[in-house]
Amino acid sequence: MAEASSGSAEGPPSPEVTAREADEPGPITRFTRWLVALPILALAEVGILARLFWETILWGIRPPYRFWLIVSMCEFIGVQSMTIVGLTGTSVGAVFGLQLVEGFRRLGAESQTGSVVSLALARELAPVFSALMVSARAGSAMATEIGSMRVSNQIDALTTMSVSPVQYLVFPRVLAGLLMCPILALFFYFVGFGGAWFVSVKLFGLDSGIFIERMRWYVDGIDLVQGFTKAAVFGVTLTLISCRQGYYASGGAAGVGLATNRAVVHSAVAILVLDYVVTTFFV
Amino acid sequence: MSEAERASRASEGPEEDPIHVAIRDLEKGYDGVPVLRGVTLDVIRGQINVIIGGSGAGKSVFTRQLLRLERPDAGRIVVDGTDIAQLDDWKLVPFRRKFGMVFQFGALFDSMSVFDNVAFPLREHTRMSRAQVKDRVMQRLSDLNVAHAAHKLPAQISGGMQKRVAIARALVLEPEILVYDEPTSGLDPVSSRLVDELIRETASQFGVTSVVITHDMASVFKIGHRVSMLYKGRIEESTTPELILKTHNQVVIDFLRASGVQLG
Repeated sequence: MAEASSGSAEGPPSPEVTAREADEPGPITRFTRWLVALPILALAEVGILARLFWETILWGIRPPYRFWLIVSMCEFIGVQSMTIVGLTGTSVGAVFGLQLVEGFRRLGAESQTGSVVSLALARELAPVFSALMVSARAGSAMATEIGSMRVSNQIDALTTMSVSPVQYLVFPRVLAGLLMCPILALFFYFVGFGGAWFVSVKLFGLDSGIFIERMRWYVDGIDLVQGFTKAAVFGVTLTLISCRQGYYASGGAAGVGLATNRAVVHSAVAILVLDYVVTTFFV
Repeated sequence: MSEAERASRASEGPEEDPIHVAIRDLEKGYDGVPVLRGVTLDVIRGQINVIIGGSGAGKSVFTRQLLRLERPDAGRIVVDGTDIAQLDDWKLVPFRRKFGMVFQFGALFDSMSVFDNVAFPLREHTRMSRAQVKDRVMQRLSDLNVAHAAHKLPAQISGGMQKRVAIARALVLEPEILVYDEPTSGLDPVSSRLVDELIRETASQFGVTSVVITHDMASVFKIGHRVSMLYKGRIEESTTPELILKTHNQVVIDFLRASGVQLG
């Protein structure tokens, strides 16, 4: 009775099942395989992006030139991102200013707040945060739009009409990213500095003249060049990644959702990695 | 090319090769799994060439190779004497202009109105003025009885109307070869027969070579001049609809019987 209820009623496992279980790798083997596969997958992804980027350049220099499409994408990526970039910039600048005033005051060096805020905004915060915001707002939308076009055969329809999807869909977005991200970073810089100025000067009573003058002393042209370079690199990267995810999406609505998710995650990781890489060229 | 010239294309001179597209030993696989295993087929100029086959037979993959949406692993696709199977994207442009494609679900650009969808190829490939584009688009939409929906979005019209708009878009650049992917799929029997009628009228009115991918046997006998059966990545039989009823090929017989066709 006890034997029957403890599983022998199902009979002994078949030799095939036993063999399959024996073949199944254990958790350590699976983890090791995953560790080995990870860099290969990352390299493969970089290869796909590099190829798409090359195709984008080749198709971009060929006529026809669709200026209205580029303008439309600049409006979508640039103008429509100003609200979220402005809000983020103000918030980051204000909080950064608050932390620095409070921290420097302990050392009696609160007059340095303007210079440090300005330097951090110009070199790091403005390009990185504005790119992350653009990725979350415009990048996700691009991946979804292109992914939906892919799974509903609209991209194939473009191809059958002798219109290169790379030229029509990817190039305008990448070019708009290249042009708009530096502008958004500059906008972030100004509103961020404004936020820091408001907190430091209006709330903590720092001298406005000193705050602004220190910014002028410490921030050189090369700092702005560094920021603009980063923003341009991030702009190209995030639009390329978003387009790539949408362009090669498959598997219906779930596939498009996955593509959107990957677009944002991959863009964020790429922005953070490239931030370090670009910085090494300037230090 | 004028309407009159186009309409008379089907009966145009005997110097034209009757084989519009010659497909030879076409192979395509994914991740090492072969889907097309050597398709050989002649697409006859000016006729309605129907390709039938069950699910998984490779019809969609075949369509993607025919239109060179993908590069085949092996084989040739000869269009008007030129093998396009391995051509680069740049060199494919003039050949793609010969094809028009009506996708299974229309594949209309959902962000554009019906008018803009049909005008899109003209704006991309011609230097026609706005007035000329408008005239041409409205003419095509009228031909297909969807002119009243010109300013609606694709999502605001029925599936049957979307098919008509898709045909109008495919025809607007006056292609030589029109490919229909499952044109009656998802439609009720009445709408299916209307689409069949539309395919036949389009072929005779514009003199295009038609390739219809379907598993709707009623369509085959209503519109097909030639019928070819794709099975497990190969063409099992290619003949006329009348002769396929007398086939001795067991695979074709089984397919026809399963489709409810009474064999002679």
